[in-house]
Amino acid sequence: MEHTPPPFFNRGPAPLVRLAFFATLSLALLVLDARFRYAESLRSVLVYAVYPLQALATLPAALSDRVSGYFVSQSQLREENIQLRAKLLGASQTAQRYEAALAENGQLRRLTGAAERLPLKAMPAEILYNGRDPYARKVVIDRGSQGGVNAGSPVVDENGVVGQVTRVHALSSEVTLLTDKEQAIPVQVVRNGLRAVAFGAGSSGMLELRFMAANAEIQNGDKLVTSGIDGTYPPGLPVATVARIERDAAYAFARIVCQPAGGVESGSYVLVLGGEQKRVAYPEEASPEPDKRPAKIRKARRKDADAAR
Amino acid sequence: MQLGNPSSSQTILLPVRVGTILGSLALALLFNFLPWHNIALVPDFVALVLAFWCVRQPRLVGLGAGWLLGLLIDVGNGVLLGQHALAYSLLAFAAIALSRRILWFPLWGQALHVGALLLFAQGVSALVRLAAGAEFPGWSIAVGPLIGAVLWPVVSLLLLLPQRLPASVDETRAI
Repeated sequence: MEHTPPPFFNRGPAPLVRLAFFATLSLALLVLDARFRYAESLRSVLVYAVYPLQALATLPAALSDRVSGYFVSQSQLREENIQLRAKLLGASQTAQRYEAALAENGQLRRLTGAAERLPLKAMPAEILYNGRDPYARKVVIDRGSQGGVNAGSPVVDENGVVGQVTRVHALSSEVTLLTDKEQAIPVQVVRNGLRAVAFGAGSSGMLELRFMAANAEIQNGDKLVTSGIDGTYPPGLPVATVARIERDAAYAFARIVCQPAGGVESGSYVLVLGGEQKRVAYPEEASPEPDKRPAKIRKARRKDADAAR
Repeated sequence: MQLGNPSSSQTILLPVRVGTILGSLALALLFNFLPWHNIALVPDFVALVLAFWCVRQPRLVGLGAGWLLGLLIDVGNGVLLGQHALAYSLLAFAAIALSRRILWFPLWGQALHVGALLLFAQGVSALVRLAAGAEFPGWSIAVGPLIGAVLWPVVSLLLLLPQRLPASVDETRAI
């Protein structure tokens, strides 16, 4: 105590001590967040500190969008209108057929007593900006928990599945795109009903079907839709088209690369699908009988030994 | 004054105001949150301004400020909590340790040092992400820090501007 400097020269703890303190704190936070997901409450508090700055930062782009919207020329509007009309005509015919099929499907399901599929709720949202993390593929949309978005909801655009809501803030949500390395989606080949799981392939902007046997019945140009067996993605949404198949006899699995159907990396408007899904509970696992097999093996061994004698 | 630092030996700077530091850091956060088109080419403005204040005012801005700013960036970007906090605390430590040395150099020499510091911070955050299981996004992540180093002379002139302005000019004063 006698050797402490007078308060005039006191500069607090040494820089190395401070570094050790803050580095340990950061590492602890990292482990808590990455391994145990305990840091979500701290994150949800800090989001309110960051939100005003983020809102301010997205303001110029939104304003310029609005201003340029006023100066769209009439010819441009007319052209766009004609295109949209043609598209609507095509879509409405498909929709009529879809409605008829849906009604018929409902009747059949009622006849067989199967659970009726609940209608989906779709909520339009605008993509605010691309995620600023170069290590992940995410976008931020302008609907949050106040707009009724739930974590885990699928996000689609007019052509197919785009991704999944992975984190919800009050006024915005983060959507992880299908092309993210850690994103997986259960799919089904339309042609023959083959089930598979598609994973993101990272920076190439493609999807990959992993763990498909080298002789799996799949061809270039096959369309993949969601299979719906996970209870998260509703069945039948277009996901991707098979673009390239490499079958190598040296490997047990084929390398299957698919082109996403939705505008995963482009486009500015998306639909967030909500609505309750009836999820069937997982069946209970059959209780293993631990005593049976060893006994059998033992018996068999004894038999072998007897035979050898 | 022969041994003085050549970039600022001509003028004696006014004491810095805390408002300037806070304002510049808030502005840097705002710049980071702008919806940039190509994120790979955008320098990390917060790291740049933090490095500037750590070099210029190591007693006012240091590891604590860096850690807090890093936490805000982590939340704003939606990445692992602690990734930028760790990188910025290390950046602040290195900048404070080098601050005496850096100020001896002219602006372009300072920019070289700062480029190394920013690359170091980017490397730390890349290391954290790779350890957490992410895929290496390619060497384009080194472009941002290099552009940040090129911006250093501009940023440093702009941020020193409030300290260069005379508070009140007294023509009749003897000294």
